[in-house]
Amino acid sequence: MESSILNRWHWASLLLVLSVQPVLAQGSPVGDVWSQPGIIGTIILLVIVMAGVLVLAIARLGGVLNKLSTPLEQQQNETFEETVANLTTDQLDQILERRQARSYQLTGRELGSEQRPQDEKGLVSHVTTDMHAPLVAEKKHTLRYGKVEPALIRLIAAYLLSAAFWLVFGTAIGWYVGIKFVRPDIDHVAWLSFGRLRPVHTNTVFWGWSSLSMLGLGLFVVTRTSNTRLFSYRLGWLSLGLINACLVLGTLCLMNGINNGGGEYREFIWPVMALFAIGLVISLYNFYQTVAHRQIEEMYISNWYMLGALSWVIILSVIAYLPFYQNGLGETVIQGYYMHQGVGMWFMSFTLGLVYYFLPMSLNKPIYSYSLGVLAFWTQLLFYTLIGTHHYVFSPVPWWLQAVAIVFSAGMFIPVLAGTTNFVMTFRGSGKHVTSSYSLPFLAVGVLFYFTGSVQGSMQAFRFTNVVWHFTDFNVAHSHITMYGIIAFLLWGCIYTLVPRFMGREPRQLLVGIHFWFALLGLLAYIVSMMIGGTLKGLSWLDGEPFIKSVVLMAPFWVWRAIGGTLMLLSHFVFAFNLYEMLLKSAPASEASSVPHLNNTHHVAESA
Amino acid sequence: MWLNLHKNHRLFLGLAAGVFLLLSTLIAVMPAFSVQNNNAPLPDASPTNAEIQNGLDVFVSENCMACHTQQVRNIDMDKTWGGRPGIPADYARNARLDNLRATPSVLGTERTGPDLTELGERQPSEDWHYLHLFNPRSVVKESIMPAYPWLFTTQSTVGSYDKELNVPAEFRQGITGHIVPTERARQLVAYLLSLKQVDLPDGQSPAFLEYKKPKPAAGSGTASGEAVLDGAALYAQHCQACHQAGGEGLKGAFPPLKGSPIVNDANAEMLVRIVLQGYDARAEYAVMPPFAQKLSDAEIAAIATHERSAWSNRAEKVTPELVRQIRAAIETETTQ
Repeated sequence: MESSILNRWHWASLLLVLSVQPVLAQGSPVGDVWSQPGIIGTIILLVIVMAGVLVLAIARLGGVLNKLSTPLEQQQNETFEETVANLTTDQLDQILERRQARSYQLTGRELGSEQRPQDEKGLVSHVTTDMHAPLVAEKKHTLRYGKVEPALIRLIAAYLLSAAFWLVFGTAIGWYVGIKFVRPDIDHVAWLSFGRLRPVHTNTVFWGWSSLSMLGLGLFVVTRTSNTRLFSYRLGWLSLGLINACLVLGTLCLMNGINNGGGEYREFIWPVMALFAIGLVISLYNFYQTVAHRQIEEMYISNWYMLGALSWVIILSVIAYLPFYQNGLGETVIQGYYMHQGVGMWFMSFTLGLVYYFLPMSLNKPIYSYSLGVLAFWTQLLFYTLIGTHHYVFSPVPWWLQAVAIVFSAGMFIPVLAGTTNFVMTFRGSGKHVTSSYSLPFLAVGVLFYFTGSVQGSMQAFRFTNVVWHFTDFNVAHSHITMYGIIAFLLWGCIYTLVPRFMGREPRQLLVGIHFWFALLGLLAYIVSMMIGGTLKGLSWLDGEPFIKSVVLMAPFWVWRAIGGTLMLLSHFVFAFNLYEMLLKSAPASEASSVPHLNNTHHVAESA
Repeated sequence: MWLNLHKNHRLFLGLAAGVFLLLSTLIAVMPAFSVQNNNAPLPDASPTNAEIQNGLDVFVSENCMACHTQQVRNIDMDKTWGGRPGIPADYARNARLDNLRATPSVLGTERTGPDLTELGERQPSEDWHYLHLFNPRSVVKESIMPAYPWLFTTQSTVGSYDKELNVPAEFRQGITGHIVPTERARQLVAYLLSLKQVDLPDGQSPAFLEYKKPKPAAGSGTASGEAVLDGAALYAQHCQACHQAGGEGLKGAFPPLKGSPIVNDANAEMLVRIVLQGYDARAEYAVMPPFAQKLSDAEIAAIATHERSAWSNRAEKVTPELVRQIRAAIETETTQ
């Protein structure tokens, strides 16, 4: 038994970490593992990561080797003595003169004067004299935008604060649900039981956190890129109210055992979900009218994605909730379509639209290629719409649907590559920008996960990988890579870009750093444990072992998931606090002009 | 230029929404209509009733679908969960619960717990289900399923129609009265017991696809060419949920195998017969299902051998040949 576990570990590590072991059986029922496209692709993705690490390691190593290869000291001394003996007096004088010149030192007062320093054009935004061992490197500060209508700021702030509330609430529930895998008897309360809380977690983070922050950021983008006012503030508030009402009612329903039927992400019964749909119809109208009243000729690409996503999610919800074709397996066909499109056609599309605005804006340069964005838009629409059934591979759902889903899952490489290329090329040459900013790292991580997460998802649809990974915790890892690694990170990047600009108040950089690292490390612990555990689980099933063994073997991975989840949850509290500080704190910290401060330090320096 | 999508927002939105609507109709709505309409329950499917329907209601309320699938895929590894791959007809009866709630999504997408397609056949004992729902760990030590104590009530006296639970002391949570299932628990269990795969009319079934874990280089297998069956693993899979890992059973629910005279009898015929035919002769214990259709002679022999040598039991091996003879004997008895 011991050896079989070791064996499986070995196999899993082969799958997950690149190593060279070509001796695997030929002609076994599925053929060589290495000929499985899904496996090959997953390994290639890992190779990309490994290659990056390797480049870094080689650069480091090269430096060390360089130092080691300097000539021997003795040899150096001999050459030196020989050279000195052959010098003429002129040359010696020159050298002495040079030596004196080189030992010249500034007194430190050359640039000083008795005048007070002035900053007439307001170029100095921040001065610090405390140079003693800062905990983290200081990042660049953000300057306030020109004029933004206060009414718009209030509306966006309300969206973002609602979103932050649902993030903290939804992930606290998710965290608690994760704990239940480790301690199933932690409570015996009906409305806190796993089955009821799980959809509360998914629905609140989907419709509450992601959707509301997307819409809030979108309100800014649509007005800016249309160079006009928002069509109607009142409609904006109405939409926000309806969506929040939907979430409160939906959460209460689910906890009381009123579940629409358990189809993932449509657990809210229709009267509750109708509030959300109406909210979105109102938002679409509001966005569309704003675009229609634009003061420039062309629609910016962001508006394509946002208007598209809003119209798609409305059509999607209506199709998902209409009952006429949902008896028997009809329900399953719709469920596959709905749960995938919900992610791809709403969250992913809308968020991409936001990135097409906020990434160029924070890098202060245009997007690399407008046309690639257009290509990605149409291919996303064509391919993504067709792949929902890949959640039901090998099920009794008609095989042609499954085949179409698998084929177009592979087709998804096109929009993903187009999008990634566009973002990476926009980033190119701005590495310094990223390291000196507190918002850009979020966008960079989001783009990295956009590529790896999407491609990994496509590979999971392949038949062999599906056999190993379907039904296991690997799926849970994938959904967290996408909804968290991609969507949440990109949204955070956008929020940290936008809010300091229109509020003129920045978050504390140390706290943004804590948010970033806790979220990232937590996510990594989460997905790595679920991927390894999920693979082991799938292999255990393939081996025909008793089911309970696959439960037992998951125990340590569920503990690691809980640890990762704890870090993630902590980071959300920090994020909520940062948002509170930027949006609500009454005494704006950086509002006060920095010039008097500069003068003070000048005097301090003088007297020292 | 009205054709310019960058400038004509009306055309743009119409096109984006129109293409999506068209594709959605082709990929989702029309196939959904088609599988809904070209479908009917299998002729042998047993009729449903109000109690089972109400049980499904409880099943959905507690969102059991979050962890339990009900689909036997057409791949090898799913043979554990059913005798044949699922077909659309298996789900033909699945319909909207009421005006508020949609068709339950019973196929599921995650198998945190076992598949339930054949639960009624695999675990036909009501008592087991009640204990398991009250606290899963009272029957399956390693289980992580939630406990559902709110489906039970405590009474000071037990009527003749009440079904009292023999909950082991450590799981009673200080309850001193008699623990009996509520109506909702009875409905839920009725639903769970109704979960069975229906045989196809012609006895034929779609084949399972072979997807097996690739084995490292051939030649390292057993010399005999036939794998030796692991009786302990088979026991864990088919018997342990009731008779427990240590063979001690559960008082008042499932008889112990450890030290059992039937298990330790020099003549294993009675033991093998019970495994093949099932057993329901003793009122104080729950019903045991028959395994004749589910396990091969070699598998039953391996399990019986394990039971006769594990724990403190000491008895002779059981050969597949013996199981084959007893199976044949039973067949002639029943056809006569």
